[in-house]
Amino acid sequence: MFKIVVLVKAVPDPKRASEIKIDPRTKTLTRADVPLVMNQLDKHAMEAALELKTQVGGEITAISMGPPPAAAILKECLAMGADHGVLLSDRAFGGADAYATAYTLAKGVEKIGSADLILCGMASSDGSTEWVGPELSVFLDLPVVTGVKEIAGSSEQWWQVKAHIDNGYRELKVKLPAVMAVTRELNTPRNISFSGIIKARKKEITIWDFDALGVPKSSLGLAGSPTIISDLRVSESKREVEMIEGTREEKAEILVQKLADAGLF
Amino acid sequence: MGESTGPVWVFAEQSDGCVLPVSLEIIGQARKLADELGTSLEVIFLGDAIHENAQILFNAGADKVLLGEHPDLKYYQPERYMHIIVKLAQKYQPEIFLLGSTATGKELAPLVAAKLETGLTAHCIDLALDQEKRLEQIIPAYGGLISIVCPEKRPQMATIAKGVFSKPDTSEAKQGELVLLEIANEQDQRIELLEVVCEEEDGVPLESATIVVAGGAGAKDLEGWQQIVDLADEMGAALGSTRPPVDEGWIEIDRMIGQSGKMVAPELYIGVGLSGELQHMVGITGAKLLVAVNCEPKAPVFEQVDYGIVDDCREFLPVLIEKIKASKAEKV
Repeated sequence: MFKIVVLVKAVPDPKRASEIKIDPRTKTLTRADVPLVMNQLDKHAMEAALELKTQVGGEITAISMGPPPAAAILKECLAMGADHGVLLSDRAFGGADAYATAYTLAKGVEKIGSADLILCGMASSDGSTEWVGPELSVFLDLPVVTGVKEIAGSSEQWWQVKAHIDNGYRELKVKLPAVMAVTRELNTPRNISFSGIIKARKKEITIWDFDALGVPKSSLGLAGSPTIISDLRVSESKREVEMIEGTREEKAEILVQKLADAGLF
Repeated sequence: MGESTGPVWVFAEQSDGCVLPVSLEIIGQARKLADELGTSLEVIFLGDAIHENAQILFNAGADKVLLGEHPDLKYYQPERYMHIIVKLAQKYQPEIFLLGSTATGKELAPLVAAKLETGLTAHCIDLALDQEKRLEQIIPAYGGLISIVCPEKRPQMATIAKGVFSKPDTSEAKQGELVLLEIANEQDQRIELLEVVCEEEDGVPLESATIVVAGGAGAKDLEGWQQIVDLADEMGAALGSTRPPVDEGWIEIDRMIGQSGKMVAPELYIGVGLSGELQHMVGITGAKLLVAVNCEPKAPVFEQVDYGIVDDCREFLPVLIEKIKASKAEKV
């Protein structure tokens, strides 16, 4: 059976992410009550998995690493149509950088077993590192394509894909099993249906902790992260702002005048 | 101590054999780091028939160029490039390894980092050495700046976007050591490159624009976004964005400005309906005059611009566009 694994991440709601701030005195992040949502690009990875499943059959497992509340986004994956949801959750996984995250997820994917295709969003809205897909591919010794914008699924072992480059795209043939990090252009994620929510309610999320993965603590979380944060500081603004006040008409007129004075029209 | 510090490495990316500007910019900064560490600056340069183009790497400051020339290397191939670089890194033990935040760099860097079991920082906006001579990799986050270090693993790896560092002067011919790498005849076993298609960018290019109009989540929907597009058109400006409009699908990702997008340096920047998150604002540090329009008076963007207007952009932009039209008509 064709097995698709989708990596998903719970991120602070990007619409409210600016509420998380650095406290200049303690140099720690101020706790803001920002809810976790599914990383937008991961929804495109989920949608791709669902479309490919219709085409080539098989089953879909969504997997995430995160705190217990991250189970909610796996429920969302189930409601979209995933067959299984796995959450890697343990204090030992905390404080992971991209390397340790990719390593932990790779161990989770190994435990799921014999994945033919691993899909993930190209980047996450909170970290924006774009490293997890490629690093995971190295840990699993699989080929990877990033920036994927078109996938031609088939029953053959080699699949044809189109992927972004800086001034256009490349067309590639990839031998499965493989990892693909996808972009928004790939598809439009479906809305969750009422029946999807009902179905998801009946399914359980599998939770794997440190013991379940069976890897040394030294390669997980903060201990397994090659990089650490050495300093946090508030950036100082260098500009002296002049607020333009008045009615809507007046504000527009003053701005146009200022730009004209600066020789910009 | 007593052991000599490994070299500083830069991956020089090429297109049709020509070194990309971002690679030269990184070499410029890497030169300073190498001098401060008292070590050499070495550049990896892979491609087909590129040896004549290696001179610019010396001119930019490289002490040594490790040159891999082979028809198979004309275009980036992930596994091929990774294996060549990993083997060299195991041999030469670089202290630092820097790459551009290009499509290629962003795929190649994590492959190499994972293979070498080392850390990698994305889209740095500055690089320095701390008191322990560790590479301080600075990224914007949470309205501030975060310094990341890789204390134990080597090399310390980072990617840097185009325009973060200024391009070094390459007019003076400088000497350096050219090392020709032996490249075997082999292709990627699991990925086959069929075609590379170049596409022309629509509209005014961001990097060279005189005026940039950038929009954010405050546009609220495609209709609101269209007004920002109209403002850019009316002003002959290049259109840019923060991340949310890209995620919403209002605009292509190649129009995103900031840490993981493009760096711009226009005469005038107008930010509409965006809060002023540092990830975006670091992309406009080269802009001369900055204007922001946002409905939220406390938005951080108002601490980072020259002129601020508090208003709902969906209501304000149509009025502004009319005033601009009127102002233009007066001049004719």
